Amino acid sequence: MPLLSIALISCAALGLEILLMRLFAIVQWHHFGYLAVSLAMLGYGAAGAALAMVGDRPHPAFHKAFAISALLFGLTAPIAFLADQAMPFNALEILWDPRQWLWLSLQYLLLFVPFFFAAFCLCLAFSRFGGQSHRIYGADLWGASAGGLLALGLLFMLPPQRVLLVVASLALAAAVLAWPSRRRIVYFLLPAVLLLPWTIPDKLIALHPSQYKSLSHYLLVPGARTMAEKHSPLGQVTVVENRLMLLRHAPGLSMSADSEPPEQLGVFVDGEGPGAITRFDGRPESLAFLGQMPSAMPYQLLHRPSVLVLGAGAGMDVLQALHHGAKSVDAVELDANVAALVAHDHAAFAGRLYQLPQVKLHVAEARSFVAGSRQRFDLIVLPLADTFGTASAGLYGLAEDYLHTTEAFRFYFRHLEPDGMLVLNCWMQLPPRDLIKLATTAVEALAQEGVVQPVPHLVLLRSWQTAALAVKRTPFTAQEVTVLQAFAEAQGFDFEWAGGRVGNEAPHHRLDQPYFAEAFDALSGTARERADFYRRYKFHIAPSSDDRPYFQHFFTWRAFPEILRLKERGGLPLVEMGYPVLVATWLQAVVFGALLILLPLRVAKWRAAAGSIGRGRVFGYFAALGTAFMLLEMAFLQKFVLLLGHPLYAAAAVLTAFLFFAGAGSRVSGRLSAGGHKMPMFWPAIGIVLLGMTYLAALPSLLAICMSWPLAARLALGVALVAPLAFCMGMPFPLGMTRVASAESGLLPWAYGVNACFSVMSAPLATLLAIEIGFSGVVMLALGLYVAALMTFPVAGHAGSRHKEAGYA
Amino acid sequence: MARGNGLLARLLAVSLLFSAPLTGVADEQKFVAERLAMVHEVAQQARASAQETGRPAIKAEVLAAMERTPRHLFVPEDQLRYAYRNRPLPIGYGQTISQPFVVALMTDLLDVKPGQRVLEIGTGSGYQAALLAELSMEVYSIEIVEPLAQRAGQALAALYPDKVTVRHGDGYHGWEEYAPFDAIIVTAAASHVPPPLVKQLKPGGRMVIPLGASFLIQQLVLVEKASDGRISSREVAPVRFVPLTGGH
Repeated sequence: MPLLSIALISCAALGLEILLMRLFAIVQWHHFGYLAVSLAMLGYGAAGAALAMVGDRPHPAFHKAFAISALLFGLTAPIAFLADQAMPFNALEILWDPRQWLWLSLQYLLLFVPFFFAAFCLCLAFSRFGGQSHRIYGADLWGASAGGLLALGLLFMLPPQRVLLVVASLALAAAVLAWPSRRRIVYFLLPAVLLLPWTIPDKLIALHPSQYKSLSHYLLVPGARTMAEKHSPLGQVTVVENRLMLLRHAPGLSMSADSEPPEQLGVFVDGEGPGAITRFDGRPESLAFLGQMPSAMPYQLLHRPSVLVLGAGAGMDVLQALHHGAKSVDAVELDANVAALVAHDHAAFAGRLYQLPQVKLHVAEARSFVAGSRQRFDLIVLPLADTFGTASAGLYGLAEDYLHTTEAFRFYFRHLEPDGMLVLNCWMQLPPRDLIKLATTAVEALAQEGVVQPVPHLVLLRSWQTAALAVKRTPFTAQEVTVLQAFAEAQGFDFEWAGGRVGNEAPHHRLDQPYFAEAFDALSGTARERADFYRRYKFHIAPSSDDRPYFQHFFTWRAFPEILRLKERGGLPLVEMGYPVLVATWLQAVVFGALLILLPLRVAKWRAAAGSIGRGRVFGYFAALGTAFMLLEMAFLQKFVLLLGHPLYAAAAVLTAFLFFAGAGSRVSGRLSAGGHKMPMFWPAIGIVLLGMTYLAALPSLLAICMSWPLAARLALGVALVAPLAFCMGMPFPLGMTRVASAESGLLPWAYGVNACFSVMSAPLATLLAIEIGFSGVVMLALGLYVAALMTFPVAGHAGSRHKEAGYA
Repeated sequence: MARGNGLLARLLAVSLLFSAPLTGVADEQKFVAERLAMVHEVAQQARASAQETGRPAIKAEVLAAMERTPRHLFVPEDQLRYAYRNRPLPIGYGQTISQPFVVALMTDLLDVKPGQRVLEIGTGSGYQAALLAELSMEVYSIEIVEPLAQRAGQALAALYPDKVTVRHGDGYHGWEEYAPFDAIIVTAAASHVPPPLVKQLKPGGRMVIPLGASFLIQQLVLVEKASDGRISSREVAPVRFVPLTGGH
């Protein structure tokens, strides 16, 4: 049995999934990547269906069939992406041009092909060697575990399109290793296929980003020149300079401004942006424009403050603090590549900003940095969210955001000096949603801190383009409000909430509805009145929490019909894309998954003799397992991401540990199968339920204690927590497969397909459910499904079965 | 009639210039019919959106100018058959020609009178400038993407030689030579309104800034400079929820 080849196939398949998401984020937008890749994963279900229909015909030539399938996987993986890239699909035109749907469907079809061949290899192995499912599944999980780590690691060193080739070469290596009578060929071919990725010229695999991305636009400007491009799993960072026609980035600059930004370098992440590295000659007064933006508001009240910038990006908020005489600035930036631009690559241009004695750079995740810091600040700034908001876009469609939750805000409050301020900056979107959600989250956090009347602790200042919401632990005084009003008047900005009263009598920028006055009234009410406002508002603006950390989720079903009526008039931007894309992903997976499950039943009915175990049980067991495994894995992944801080390292570490220990569980499950246990599924199921419930109860307190620990300690704790759970979760699938193999091996591919289809359906479902019922709810549901799986464990109950087992009621 | 014939001659001249497959009068007649239907649809949409935009209808002279403006001469050849659909179209270089309803609304918001001077930042296809020229404006337009500036500049020079001047360059500093302007349209996305543009706007003048992603302009910001130089602005949303907090 080609266990090494199986591991290589799984390694390449998981790598391919990660890479496609990354590549789509660069050339298109991550939403459509998520849609396409999710459907492509149904190739796993399709392979099960296909093999269920052809039965055991490939078994005599197993090795050849496996090797050819692996070869086709390796070849089609890069070809599918390159062909996909050549298609004239324009996501932005999908509303207006029906042809775009055709291109999107073709995109699905192309990406589906490599996953189909990858899964065909695995399914073939299960079908041929069903009695050794624990070994196959173990190799599969260990391979996947290595694949995730390998892809993420290589993304730090190589451009993603080159990593794609490396991943494809692993599939080719699997083909070589699996080929029968391979001895001589192996020595020659194996090094050849592993070297293949390095022989393909850059030009052939060049990425062609959509012409509608910001970077594509900007590169058309005469004089624009790409200075550098850096890669990491967090995003592709591109630096652009233009000495002929200067870039000028000053979000929300007052229309009365008498100053302009100096020379800047554009910084784009995944082709979106720009952020800007601003030329700094060391004289804070040369940055006068930074005093004419809404984000300058807190500096009108704070004298020589200590400032913490959470998400420093290209350094504009750090410069703003220096311009206003900050005595110290702690700049936290997640992406080391972005931080290095200012700290090293363009340090001279940026005035050696991060080498200044009053500035400290921390390359870290903001939430865990705050948790681990004992320092208190006069001002904590969360800059405009959009500039570098692609951090986890490559991993998830609708990203979890732990920086904008009630728990996070409470952390920030505790790190403020008594009279300190938390300032949240955001773009003005109308009708307002993110700004209102920031306010509701802040109000809820204050209420949880024991503030009875939270609204007087808030000040909201806006220009036509950006807004700044300031929150204090103490109410804003009348004197402070007067100072801020004078600043607003001088710059042509508007006060909406001025420390407890609506302060917008003669606005500079008039809105078509009194959005903020209405929100102010509602937030000034009781907890019940606030809840009623959250319910009535047409966007989802209820406070974000660690259990439902979807700050960017604004979609409500109630408003959806109205949006559809407005779509021809350009109303589509009223709907945030993340949620509908998830729903569409789930629906398409359900429809195609159902087809793939039902089709073999129709076609293969005559092949499978009356089985000794009911198909209903097999379906119930593997459907429950597929769903439960994915729900539990995703929910705990998120819980541990919060523990480990850095979303990328955490995802890599937790996913790797999860798959590795599940693989170990699978291997050990062979003993349970062979041990003649009547109900081998019993102990793993009990273990999962007990561990799951324990973690659910203990994790919040554990997180509160451990978040300030050093990363290595948190990592060790995370792995120690993951290990027993994953170990137990690795057992039920091979136990079921072994049982099916012994009772009715013809059902093996179908069982595999059912499991695969439900796993694919469950990935978007996990996020959809987390939005609705929180991660705790998702965990409870998954544990319930494991109990359901225990109840439906396939047992031989019919007379005449080949391996009659004692039944389980 | 003389005006109509002159226009036809100029249309044919531009057709020849771009070697577009528009050689016959029959084609022109087809476009005229489609144009009238498009303008009718725009007028209807404007009435339907009156509550959102705060304007009961698009002014008759704007609609009349739209009936005369040959949109098909400002779209790429592969988009010709959609030229008079009330939808945005791709024109290459990551740019779009806006939805006719949005163009009409922006023009209406500018509230300009014949002979007034308008600055456009972001010529794009040139259609917006053409519409302003049809309203007898004196139009100065700056486009940063050179091929677009050339293409639109040639089309506009052939159609409105005395009314539209197109320049390739950076619009950030406006066009000092012809300032001040009665109205300014800023169609190029920017992180802020360049201070020089505000300075080049006449007291009493208006500036319109469309906001939104390519293909979908969701909001228009109307900036007004009072006679005392005070700047104020307001939001004009072609679409919105009514009311925002429904479901009482």
